[in-house]
Parts: sequence; C-alpha cells; structure tokens
Amino acid sequence: MSDHITEIVVFTVLFLLVSGMGFVAAKWRAPQDMAHLDEWGLGGRSFGGWITWFLVGGDLYTAYTFVAVPALMFGAGAAGFFAVPYTVVIYPLFFLVLIRLWSVSHRHGFVTPADFVRTRYDSPTLALLIAITGIVATMPYIALQLVGIEAVLKTMGVTGDSPLARHAPIIIAFAILAAYTYQSGLRAPALIAFVKDTLVYIVIAVAVIYLPYKLGGWGAIFDAADAKFTASPAPGDGIILNANNQVQYFTLALGSALALFLYPHSITGVLASRNRGVIKRNMSALPAYSFLLGLIALLGFMAIAAGVKPLPGAKAGSVDSNTVVPLLFDMKFPAWFAGVAFAAIGIGALVPAAIMSIAAANLFTRNIYKEYLKRDATPAQEASVAKITSLVVKIGAVAFIVFLDPQFSIDLQLIGGVIILQTGPSVVLGLYGRWLHRGALIAGWAAGMLLAFWMLWQIPNAATKRAHFGGSAFPLSEFGLDSSKTIYVGFVAVLVNLAVAVLATWWLRVMKVAPGVDGTTPDDYFADEGDPRIEREKAAAVDTVSST
Amino acid sequence: MAEPKSPPPRTDSSPWNWLLLVPIVVPLLTPLYNHVEPRLAGFPLFYWLQLALILLGVGTTTLVYQMTKRKRVDRP
Repeated sequence: MSDHITEIVVFTVLFLLVSGMGFVAAKWRAPQDMAHLDEWGLGGRSFGGWITWFLVGGDLYTAYTFVAVPALMFGAGAAGFFAVPYTVVIYPLFFLVLIRLWSVSHRHGFVTPADFVRTRYDSPTLALLIAITGIVATMPYIALQLVGIEAVLKTMGVTGDSPLARHAPIIIAFAILAAYTYQSGLRAPALIAFVKDTLVYIVIAVAVIYLPYKLGGWGAIFDAADAKFTASPAPGDGIILNANNQVQYFTLALGSALALFLYPHSITGVLASRNRGVIKRNMSALPAYSFLLGLIALLGFMAIAAGVKPLPGAKAGSVDSNTVVPLLFDMKFPAWFAGVAFAAIGIGALVPAAIMSIAAANLFTRNIYKEYLKRDATPAQEASVAKITSLVVKIGAVAFIVFLDPQFSIDLQLIGGVIILQTGPSVVLGLYGRWLHRGALIAGWAAGMLLAFWMLWQIPNAATKRAHFGGSAFPLSEFGLDSSKTIYVGFVAVLVNLAVAVLATWWLRVMKVAPGVDGTTPDDYFADEGDPRIEREKAAAVDTVSST
Repeated sequence: MAEPKSPPPRTDSSPWNWLLLVPIVVPLLTPLYNHVEPRLAGFPLFYWLQLALILLGVGTTTLVYQMTKRKRVDRP
C-alpha cells in the first residue's frame, strides 16, 4: 500500500468532480441541436471574454508546461526560461494576425486553418498538407499531456510492474476524458478550464510565497542553482545564458511563439470566440498567464535548492526529470495540499488534451472526410465523424505512451513544433495577401519539412545517449560556419520554406501556371459579429432548406 | 439605425499597430537582460527584467486595443 493515501484521495475526488462537470457541460450554453460541427467543435462560436480567457489560457499553458519547463530549468538553468519571452511575443502576433483569420472564418464558416487555405488558394492539395501536418503535430502533444499526469502518479507511488498496470490510471483517466469530450465537445474543456485555472493559481500563489520562505529566500534559491551549474561539467547550463546559446534562446522563443499559434488547437480556441473585440481584449489580458509560467519555471530552481532527486526513468540508469516539481510539492507541502497541487497538474492535462483532440478531429472531418470521402456530408454527419475521430485520436495518444518510451513522445513533440511552423507561410501570409502561388507554397512546405527532419536527425541527445532527434538546438558549425553557437531548427527551416516559396512563385508566374481562384474578398478579413452579409446568408440558407 | 447601402471599404490598419512591434522585438534582445547584476529581491536581472517585460507586453497591447477599438457601440 502506498504511503501517499491522502494525496491520492484528494487527487481522485477533484478529478472525479471535474469529470462530472465535463458531462454536464453539454447542457451549458447549448443550443437545441448539438449535431453540428460549429456547436460540437467550436462551442457555437459564442464564447465571450471570460470563457475565451480560460479556454485559450488552458490551451496554451498545459500540464506538460507545468512539469517540463521547471524540469528544463532544473537541468539546464536559464535556457529553460525561454518560455517567458515566448509567451510575451505571442500575444501581439495573435492580436495582429489571428484576428483576420477569425473574421474570414466567421464569414465563410471555416472551422480549421486548412479550410481557409482551401478557399484562399483554391487548392485541396495544399489544404490536405496543412491538415495532415496539423494532425501529425498534435498527436504527440496530446501524448505529452499524459506524461504530465504520469509524473504526478509516479510521485504518488501509483505505479505497477507490468506496462499495463503502470498505465492503468492513465487509461482510465483518458477513457473518462474521451467520453465527456464525445458528448460535450468544446464546451467541456471550456467549463473545466475554470476549475483548472483556479487550482493552478492557488497552488502557484502558495508555492511562490511559502517555498522561498522555507528555502531561505529567493537569493538563496538562485545561489543554490548557480552553485549546481558552476559545479556541473555541462557547457550549456548556468543561471544566465552564455555566448553560445543566446541565438538559440531568442530563435527558440520566436519560433515557438509562431508554432504555437499555428497549432490547430490554438486556432480552435480563437475561432470559438464571439467577436473580434473578445479576441483583442484577451490578447491584452492573457499575458497574465506568462507571469504564472515564469514563476512555475522557477520551481525548477526551488527544487535544486530543496535538494530534490528526480525519480528513475523508464530505462535503467536514467532519471525522469519531469518528476522534480511533483517531488518538490510532495516534500515541502502537507499531504492534502500536495494532493490539490497534483490535481491541478492532472486537470491541467485534461483541458488541452480535449481541445487538441477536438482540433485534430475538426481537421480530419473538414479537410479529409468532407473533401475526399463524402463531398455532400450534412452538418450532422460532420459532427458525428468528428466525435468518433476525437476518440480515435485519444486512443492513439494513449497507445503512444503505453507502447512507446515516453521520451519518444517528447522527441515527437519537438518535431511537431518544427513541422507545424512549415504551415506558417500558407496560413499567415495568406491572411495578408495572395502573391504566393499555391504550387510554390507546396514546394516551400516540402523543402522546409525535408530540411527540418535532416537537421533534427543530426542532433544527438547528451542526456539520453540517443544519436538523433535529441533537441532543437542545431550547431551552426554543421553549416560550415566557424562558430560554436546553436540555432533553433524550426527557425531555419521556415526561412528556407519561405525562400523556396518566393522563388517558385516567381518561376510559376513566369511559366503562367494558373494560380486558382480566390474564394475570399478583401472585406472578409474585417468582418465582425452581426455582419449584415452573414445575417443575409443565414436567412437565405433557411429559405433553401425549407424549399427543398 | 439602418445600415448604409454600400459601406466604405473596411480596414483594420492603424498606425497604432506598429507599436506592437515593441513587445515582439524587445523580449528577444538577449543582451538586454543576460546579466546577473543588479539583483532585485534576490532575483538576478535575467529573471526580473524578463518578468517585467510581460508588463510591457500587457501595457502595449492594451493601449493598441483601446486606440484601435471601433468607435461605435454595436451591442444593444
């Protein structure tokens, strides 16, 4: 029997409470008819300021962030703090760019970024590439949420010897998640996000006041981290950056910000908002979460000061650094409060996992099923395909964790971030103009992908002794440059992608290859709630239905 | 209020939007904050200045939002 019984009870009770909310969410703000993708997959496009705040916040700051960012700080120091500039840079970008995507999607009824690309460039092929990239990048991200829950369960001693026994709690948790997402769609994570954030705020507020007090103040915490990194032989660590990883730091922050807002689940959160004002207001308020993230990151240094020793990893001799934050809570807090903290991390995994599986399901339904399998699918058929796809996606994510080494999911997520960036030229530049040719965008996508995989293949991982896919920091010396600096792979790949797209556009124009017909008008990019044209079309749609 | 027959072409461009470059560029300038001293309440400069840049981000986006808000009340 485990000696963490109080923690387990608190964790389980909170977890079940939230699951109950997930099922009830179907009735929350729901219309008469849930059998429509707009309702199931976008919450009726009706969310106001507060819900969007919790939904997008719950979407961008995941359980994996809570365990992995401090783990990175614990292991590498300052380099892990990139998460702070990354989440500062992202909001002005959202503010300028995604607002246009909201407008054009609102007017045309787009549910996914690939829907937009399809209409803008008149290219089902390009849309298919964007959709597949989105689904492939999202799957390991969902799996990582399970890594977050697993770190907590491991700390509470809920583990078994056989792979199946070890993963049983996660399988149960995900089965519950799958059931209520199936029923309630995007309304479930939107409602649960309130609880998740309340718990996270309480835990962090207590942690950043109580722990420094116990550990001798912030000065002592930073000194302990400094002492550890000075003593360690690793070249890249320290409490500030060194000459070699500054380029990596800012390219990773910028690249991650661009990647994050191209991820299908962030776009789902934004498209579910009621109007442009809701999005703009949120972009000025959401950075409050970045403050939280910065404090969470510093838990990694507190773990150093407290002398936390991470639990062993899946392979003999390795350590699972994702367990440092749960261990810190377990060590320094009374059992009941540690239980609350663990529940915050566990529930923090459910919100994004639900949104991500919905986003992946929307992509499959709109850009593969409706495009290639059943052109005349009704809205009700679309909704039911999306519901089933969301189940398949979650089963896939669980399979990742159960049958593969979790380290593999972390590597895959790294690749996911880099490949989702390759959809940037089509989606982002498409919102501003249509100069780039659809064929050239496909060529750029392919070039960016190839280069990204080649670069990631070259990077070994010192900690896990793997020869490939060991990180995102590419040594510039590999390009033949006389330098010991490193740079973020995704940043280089997307620049090459863009360069190829520009050159190929020029060539395709010279060859007079047809660019396709733009299905949008300039005015679409500024449409807002209550747009007269949309109201007219709604009325027209009702007439058509009643006359057939 | 009736909608005019042909509304003027809409746009969301505004000189205020250029201000958003500030919170995009400044947090990426590592030489600005890659120092230990001066410390603030035990926090090395690297940490407290980057946390302070969050306020810069909030302030700028809020200002741009307020200045570019459509000037009509469209909710009853």
